[in-house]
Amino acid sequence: MSLADEIQKVARRYPESKSAILPALRLAQEEYGWLSREAIEEVGEALDLTPAYCMSVASFYDLFNFEPIGRHTIEVCTNVCCGLVNAQAVLESFERELDIAPGETTADGEITLRAVECLGGCSTPTIVAIDQRYRQSVTPEDVPAILEELRNV
Amino acid sequence: MSEALVLGGAEETPLRDLASYRAVGGYAQLLKARAMPPQEVIALLIESNLRGRGGAFFPTGRKASFIPSPEKVAKPIYITVNADESEPGTFKDREIMLRVPHRLVEGCLIAAHAIQSNFVFIYIRGEYSTEYDVLQSAVDEANAAGLLGAVKILVHRGAGAYICGEETALLSSLEGERGQPRSKPPFPAIEGLYAAPTLINNVETITTIPVVLEVGPAEYAQIGAPPDSTGTRLFCLSGNVARPGVYELPHGLTTRHLIEDIGGGVPDGRSLKAVMMGGSSFPVMTPDDLDTKLDANSLGQKGYFIGSGVVCVLDDRTCMVQFALRVGQFYMHESCGKCTPCRVGTRWLVQMLRAVENGTASESDFDLALDVCDRIIGKCLCVLGDSDAMIVASCVTKFRDEFHAHLEHGGCPFGHDSSLDGLFAPSDQHAAHEVVV
Repeated sequence: MSLADEIQKVARRYPESKSAILPALRLAQEEYGWLSREAIEEVGEALDLTPAYCMSVASFYDLFNFEPIGRHTIEVCTNVCCGLVNAQAVLESFERELDIAPGETTADGEITLRAVECLGGCSTPTIVAIDQRYRQSVTPEDVPAILEELRNV
Repeated sequence: MSEALVLGGAEETPLRDLASYRAVGGYAQLLKARAMPPQEVIALLIESNLRGRGGAFFPTGRKASFIPSPEKVAKPIYITVNADESEPGTFKDREIMLRVPHRLVEGCLIAAHAIQSNFVFIYIRGEYSTEYDVLQSAVDEANAAGLLGAVKILVHRGAGAYICGEETALLSSLEGERGQPRSKPPFPAIEGLYAAPTLINNVETITTIPVVLEVGPAEYAQIGAPPDSTGTRLFCLSGNVARPGVYELPHGLTTRHLIEDIGGGVPDGRSLKAVMMGGSSFPVMTPDDLDTKLDANSLGQKGYFIGSGVVCVLDDRTCMVQFALRVGQFYMHESCGKCTPCRVGTRWLVQMLRAVENGTASESDFDLALDVCDRIIGKCLCVLGDSDAMIVASCVTKFRDEFHAHLEHGGCPFGHDSSLDGLFAPSDQHAAHEVVV
């Protein structure tokens, strides 16, 4: 099924097709890894919305990427509940091992590192989302093994 | 835990599939509800005095009673379940979706019967991937088993925006717009999704509905701290505490009991300095108030809020300026930008708190910060800015000596020993948020 067909299939589930813009942008991002100008145009075409409108909506939300990102994403919660326990040390451990700052991607295009706001896993700090799946109770010592695992996937 | 009602049956193992939920009596309350006239279900909810678990604590039955009956409106009637759980320190709805997803579905279907709606949207935060999978498969399973009847349940995934937990922002987002709040009135019960009557409830609230029917409304109203804080609550215990977790407890136990007896107290021989109570949107609690009961009235009398059930413990290693700064950075990042007092005020607060932390502020800046808080509260379409102002003002007021020590010391008196030292904020990843001090 083409991306446009997939988007329209999702849109039919809603009383008004414009409601499908978030799922449509998500589908486009899953397809291309990030939302290029062309991807935004494709979403607009499928939902009968202008690219400018689609971009205005997409840019409101944190989960969309407007430039290429790594093959894997590592998102470390640095809100206060994780912060009180060890989040900063976990983040710094990733920074050190990857030799990049939060918000950056490794030169080989493998891994993007980010700090994010509360992920809702505060009883098992630090929460780290690896490719959008939560790892609980991550410590700085866990970091090398996590990276080793990702490089082999 | 014997008190578990909402998480009942799932204390040891999650009840993810239909068979295991049925084994603990699942969907029996739906059948019971469908045998009643819709009005009667609303009357039961009113009698139980169940109140909203998302933060506002509004009586659930009364909210449902505001929805006009279908004969009186030309439009469909919608339900939207708020599963956009993003309040810092809150992780209970996630627990519900992972452990009793079918009880949430059953609650949706009972609510749909009560207000005669055929369309339920569950707006789940975009970061919840596993939770989405588990919930979607519960919906699919219930559908395949014919339990949905004429009702459609659509699980809609958000895309990363705290503000979409605000009910009118959630509606904007669900309609395919930027998730920005709208003015009220009109209230969603009259003009909500697609300008049609819409009931909006939090996940925990909806999941409690089958419990109310099962226990019986009169009996439910006796649990906890009646008459106002009835039933149980999923408290989210986190921070510097030995046994963090989600604990379902009746309203009315003391904060101290939860932290010390249930949570095992503050570890490492440290002492408790403050509690982030209700969420990061409310005033922080000081140790002299630890005997305050965890119900809306007892907390309210001391100027606190039960919010979304957050109890996050801060021990004596916490610099309260760093705490206020990090919370402030969160609100600055999440402000949708629609109302000026919030858009600009959240940023000013970050600038001022950073100056305090760096030791470059002056004594008069404390009053200036409180003045900025005053100029935010009650002046915007939603309470995002108010939330920032409330917690920051509480830190400045209750920990003024510590703020003052930053000036005397020419920087943080903790040196680098605060648990929040140098904590990075996601807003610093975005050029648009760069703050020049």
